[in-house]
Amino acid sequence: MDLAVAPGETFGIVGESGCGKTTLARTLLGLQREAAGEILLEGRVVSGQEPVAARRMRAAVQYVHQDPGAALDPWWRVGRTLAEGLAIHGVTDRAEQEARIAETLAAVGLDVAMAARYPHELSGGQQRRIGLARILLLRPKVVILDEPTAGLDLSVQAAVLRLLRDLRARFGLTYIFISHDLSVVRRVCDRVAVMYLGRIVEEGSAEALFREPRHPYTRALLAAAPRLDGQAAGPSLPGDPPSLRAVPSGCRFHPRCAMAVPLCAAQDPASEAAAPDHIVACHRWRDVPTEHRDAA
Amino acid sequence: MNDSPMPSPLLAVEALSVHLRTDAGLARILDDVSLTVPPGRTVGVVGESGCGKTTLMRAILGILPRSALVPRGAIRFEGRDILADCAASARGRIGFVPQDPYLSLNPVFRAGDQILEIMRRHAPGTRRDHRAKLIELFRAVQLPDPEAALEKYPHQFSGGQRQRLLIAAALSCDPALVVADEPTTALDVTTQREILALLRRLAAERGLSLLFVTHDFGVLAALCDSVTVLYAGRVAESGPTRAVLDAPRHPYTRLLLACHPDRASDLTGIPGTVPAATAQPAGCRFHPRCPIARADCANAPPPLLSLPGGRSIACPHHADALPEPALA
Repeated sequence: MDLAVAPGETFGIVGESGCGKTTLARTLLGLQREAAGEILLEGRVVSGQEPVAARRMRAAVQYVHQDPGAALDPWWRVGRTLAEGLAIHGVTDRAEQEARIAETLAAVGLDVAMAARYPHELSGGQQRRIGLARILLLRPKVVILDEPTAGLDLSVQAAVLRLLRDLRARFGLTYIFISHDLSVVRRVCDRVAVMYLGRIVEEGSAEALFREPRHPYTRALLAAAPRLDGQAAGPSLPGDPPSLRAVPSGCRFHPRCAMAVPLCAAQDPASEAAAPDHIVACHRWRDVPTEHRDAA
Repeated sequence: MNDSPMPSPLLAVEALSVHLRTDAGLARILDDVSLTVPPGRTVGVVGESGCGKTTLMRAILGILPRSALVPRGAIRFEGRDILADCAASARGRIGFVPQDPYLSLNPVFRAGDQILEIMRRHAPGTRRDHRAKLIELFRAVQLPDPEAALEKYPHQFSGGQRQRLLIAAALSCDPALVVADEPTTALDVTTQREILALLRRLAAERGLSLLFVTHDFGVLAALCDSVTVLYAGRVAESGPTRAVLDAPRHPYTRLLLACHPDRASDLTGIPGTVPAATAQPAGCRFHPRCPIARADCANAPPPLLSLPGGRSIACPHHADALPEPALA
């Protein structure tokens, strides 16, 4: 798969469980070795390294865990967890640690007194903010957000999304935003890639992709999302998400695709530009009906 | 969905209060909550964490924790007060679909045996009858190869299939009402859509009533005829789903819906947090966070006002416009 994320953008990655979203994040971080291919960070090749070396070269890439409560040590005060990250990255002076923690907690909208609390004393939204503070301390350039709104109430989710937007502007961050919540992705992402079984099947600006989805899988995914206006759009997608242990031949989506033809089972489709900045990997994308979904 | 007037209720929750004794004092989890589920209708209960959704559901299912007190109220099901007289037979008539299909089946027993055990306790007939009925149910919930499914262990099913198993379990004793606790939150959207369609079809075919507890307004819009919005253990607003979603009246519902990514003009959130159940504010429980609160809001709990179109609002000031910054 090919992927390019521009500085300062929020790049969304969507797909069902098992499509490879998390593996992609782990590989970008350097926690997992790539089998083939190259990863460039600010034009520098950072792939092809042993995991420890790869991680060191990619210190500017940081990750916010999907479940921030599980990512915090329940026996440690939050401040100690925050200081540990700084120490690992070479900031060992106590006074400087404390100054940076205070500054970062303020940036994510938390009181400095929070540093003395234990994780179980925090609400879901506060844990989420601590998770963000923890990586902001390390002054990253690229932040991988894994399901940043999963399990949050609507009102808290709105506050977290607003905070993410403000932090991006203030610290000049680039986000890789992994989510299965299409309403949220549509709302906050500049560009979006749709993954299916380890492949990117469609990629484009969020605006174009949601307005005019080209790949049959993207269309099914968008149609399945529950909408506030109660309108169920398009056909449903039969079958369970397939497993990487039994990858279909040709186009990996063809066994579930209503538009599949014999070619789809025989040959893997190449990525083609359906429009400027809109890429689709489907033999039949030209035949996909382009009825327009509402713009709202 | 159905727009004709509501017939007399199958389930009626009447002015129910539930308190819990905790180390931090008495937690007033539910206060004066009323709700009806007419036969054949789907009713949604929506609210954020800590609003009392789970406690309400547990009260209806008769599984409140031992530390719970019920100072006031009644729950009537098919005309009988099931809170006072929790006859096991009434429970067989209420099915339950839990939230997490991964945690709700015992991994060391065959899924079929776990459902047959429920039927042995609650449904008449022999084991042979139960097996035949379960295979028919597996077919109704569209599990592939129903006979073989009976012999399989939970890990041999996908998440969507496990939720189908649990729906079959909920239907196994011929319930009149099925209570579902966010049954699709653990699933992918494409699977969620299939499960919602299945629930809708089964409810229509079998004349079932559904009580659907959720925090997802999109799911609510897709499935429910009417909705009750809870805030901090009280009813904030109730009415037909479309009317409530299109024109919310209670300031809490208005602010909450403004947080939805499909609708938000800007992402704001609601200032403050839901109060702890041990420290509920006096008067209207939303008043400390409410942009249109007046002095009288802190005095007494606002009564539930009836509005045309089957709607009820627990806010005397619901006609006031919200200040622009709150919705900007």
